[in-house]
Amino acid sequence: MNNNNKPYSNIPGTTVFDGDMARIGFHLNQFCMSLMQASNRDAFRQDERGYVDQWPMTEAQKKAVLARDFTQLIALGGNIYYLVKLSSSDGLSVAAAVSTMTNLSPEDYMAMMRNGGRSPDGNRYVENDKPKEKP
Amino acid sequence: MAKITAGLGTSHIPLLGHIIDKGESHTEKWAPIFDGFQFTKQWIKKQKPDVVILVYNDHATAFDMKIIPTFAIGCGEEYHPADEGYGARPVPTVKGAPKLAWHITESLIKQGFDMTIVNEMDVDHGLTVPLSMVFGEVEEWPCQVIPLAVNTVVYPAPTGERCLALGKAIRAAVEQFPEDLNVQVWGTGGMSHQLLGERAGLINREWDLAFMDDLQSDYDKLAAISQVEYIRESGTEGSEMVMWLIMRGALNHDVTEIHRHYYVPVSNTALGHLIYENADIAADLKTAEDVA
Repeated sequence: MNNNNKPYSNIPGTTVFDGDMARIGFHLNQFCMSLMQASNRDAFRQDERGYVDQWPMTEAQKKAVLARDFTQLIALGGNIYYLVKLSSSDGLSVAAAVSTMTNLSPEDYMAMMRNGGRSPDGNRYVENDKPKEKP
Repeated sequence: MAKITAGLGTSHIPLLGHIIDKGESHTEKWAPIFDGFQFTKQWIKKQKPDVVILVYNDHATAFDMKIIPTFAIGCGEEYHPADEGYGARPVPTVKGAPKLAWHITESLIKQGFDMTIVNEMDVDHGLTVPLSMVFGEVEEWPCQVIPLAVNTVVYPAPTGERCLALGKAIRAAVEQFPEDLNVQVWGTGGMSHQLLGERAGLINREWDLAFMDDLQSDYDKLAAISQVEYIRESGTEGSEMVMWLIMRGALNHDVTEIHRHYYVPVSNTALGHLIYENADIAADLKTAEDVA
């Protein structure tokens, strides 16, 4: 149901990067930030587990990093602009990384985009929390 | 005196930079995207702005989770293109306009906008992609740039109302600067896109086109749009559109739209681009042409 403090909580398939997410994701995002330096990217590639262990992340966050599980990383406080530093250091395009969070394959996702993208119709409100008056 | 003569809005999608940097921007494959900037490249050669105030959002580049300024203005001498995880873009160093930037900063703070002052930072695709789209591939950027970074990464972003008012305050500040400078303000980002979750890939063409229609005269209506409404209608990253309102506020009430381009998709995003000239400037130029 709609939370008055979070009027965006009834938008389906969407996590808004607010203060709560920023708090739980702080170290995860700062880890991603470190990958902007080539020397850190090399160190990460050579020993991913050893590198993530240098950051005070939760075990769940570390596992999601190693698995490149972007849906989980978003749920654990990752911000997409930080997470794309991880996918970029893998040589992955933003669209390819983003597509893994949807129920579509990267190919089907790109086909959807070429056809005009995902329609907002039916995607504005979660099923059980539609406003009564506004369409 | 310094004067703001024109403004433009454009998306700053990183893929555009990749295409240019790989030398593929002239290929047939990407023509539907880049053809819409041919007019702009000719137009800017005639306009020859001395300074561009470039409104963009930093994408976790100069600012990480340690410090997140809502409005930051670059007062430095120069800014280097950032390494965003795949090496820095091979584009020229961005030359600042520190004297004007400090003047604007002082004026804005006195007008009630508590700006964060930045003297040294790297600039990411949010700033360099618009420069590339407008000026093309050049040895040196042909103008000075004042970066104006807006937080749209961490909720909440500044309101549309506040952004419009900031634009108006920038106009007042520029007009008090004693040097004769031709200044433009660019608003970048958007249009509809969402880069996360099951709803990723959201595009709202109708919303985007209505936004571009209303920006010319009904911008007060746009300034009332909440961030939640932006997110719901045009995706989590669609709320970057408040940055176009800063550009709009910096122009006169009467503007002439002289160019528009809209294309879906570029990567995950709806590309939008338009150019406004202050109406009095357009009239002056027309008179000059008639006389000539």
